[in-house]
Amino acid sequence: MNVLLDNFSEFRDGFIGTVEITAVSSVIALVLGLLLAGFRVSPVPPLRFFGTAWVTLLRNTPLTLLFLVFYFVVPEIFFPGMSSFLLGSLALGFYTASFVCETVRSGINTVPLGQAEAARSIGMTFTQTLRLIVLPQATRTVIPPLSSIFIALTKNSAIAGAFSVTELFGWQKLMSDQGYDIVPVFVWVALGYLVVTFAISGAFRLLESRMEVAR
Amino acid sequence: MSASVLYDAPGPKAVVRNRIYAVLGSLAILALLAVSIVRLSDKGHLAPEMWDIFNYSGIRENIADGVVATLKAFGLAAVGSLVLGVLLAVARLSDHKPVRWAATGFIELFRSIPLLITIYAVWVGFLTDYSMWALALGLSIYNGCVQAEVLRAGVNSVPKGQREAAYALGMSKTQVMTSVLMPQAVRAMLPTIISQLVVTLKDTSLGFIILYPELLQTARLIASNTQVNGQYPYVSTIVVIGCIYVAMCLALSGLATWIERRGRRAKTGITMAAVAAPVTAADPVGTVVGAGAEVPDGRDGTTN
Repeated sequence: MNVLLDNFSEFRDGFIGTVEITAVSSVIALVLGLLLAGFRVSPVPPLRFFGTAWVTLLRNTPLTLLFLVFYFVVPEIFFPGMSSFLLGSLALGFYTASFVCETVRSGINTVPLGQAEAARSIGMTFTQTLRLIVLPQATRTVIPPLSSIFIALTKNSAIAGAFSVTELFGWQKLMSDQGYDIVPVFVWVALGYLVVTFAISGAFRLLESRMEVAR
Repeated sequence: MSASVLYDAPGPKAVVRNRIYAVLGSLAILALLAVSIVRLSDKGHLAPEMWDIFNYSGIRENIADGVVATLKAFGLAAVGSLVLGVLLAVARLSDHKPVRWAATGFIELFRSIPLLITIYAVWVGFLTDYSMWALALGLSIYNGCVQAEVLRAGVNSVPKGQREAAYALGMSKTQVMTSVLMPQAVRAMLPTIISQLVVTLKDTSLGFIILYPELLQTARLIASNTQVNGQYPYVSTIVVIGCIYVAMCLALSGLATWIERRGRRAKTGITMAAVAAPVTAADPVGTVVGAGAEVPDGRDGTTN
């Protein structure tokens, strides 16, 4: 009890930090993942190659390593003065984008062939087919796996806490460094994460029931 | 591959356009690479001395020790998570309500909080001096919960007749589980189980944060203890260690893909499509998503 009441402002900051980094990197992951999925099914070979390389490489890289790359290598190449929050969200977003890409791609595969064929036969281009016909229909199958991807992202955001981003793991570390008993700290942090993940799964369930249309 | 259905076979105009896109795309990627290389060499990270450090036997030994430490933690965690997974899966399918509830609660709790939080709590709370065991225990708990869900999905996907036939033969509950249901569940879920092991291997890198001297921690120590031309060789070490990691993970996921293909070729055994893909909570593993067995009813149990 005490550990929360005595350090409530830090806990609040940590919680808000977790929500913020989750939100920012979710947006990055979603946009980038869609783009990569588009690349992977596109008629242009280098783009396809780029998408495949990205997914293979990032999915087989430990996230901690990716964070190291973003904190030690990327600032040497682009924009030296980026904040640790931004670097963390980029690392998390890039990593999750590969999973989003795979999900979207398998969603594209579930859309009946006739849909794309019909779109092509009325003269739509590749981008039009994808944007107007295939992706809207893929959305429905993609939403449940996306929900677990974003929950995983929330959980992965704890790693950012180890790289001096203000969030809940940082609070846990701070409290245990200050000598508080780890068990109540653990319980509060777990509760904080549970709130975020429950919110995400609730939101997605709502979205799912909204999108559910009799075929 | 349905990619071809999304666009027509290109005519002469489209061929030209696609070629322009291809050139532009390649140029953009090459430009990005070139900028990176130029910037890195400007800062002296590509100087031969930076990479020469990997010729020293001391550093090579350090890296080898790091690999061994990573593999040790991975081995312990793999065994631990599989044992715990089987136990939890059986407990969750138990006929006794309290056992079922306890297992469900345990699984749901530890699956929905970040692995790092668990590992750190175990480390600080119980095993401060044994970071390897803290890492292995944390990984076992978390991945055990995920494996339990995978196995449960596998057991549920075994056709009902199998269980009924076994009971009709007069087998006990334990016998039915150990000699009829579990073997078939493991066979059906082997690709997913191995993909989760890849995730476990990747997650051993969290030992970095609890100062367990695994590969990543070794990299940091090398980079911060060696000085070359007045600089710390972070870039070169990260590149080298990254390649080792990617190679290890690719090898293991290659194994998963191979087993999956082999399983699909075999006509015996239960069909893979019957399994509602239990997207693992940690990292929804691609082999599940890309298995082609993905059905729209992918409402998995990971919504917590």
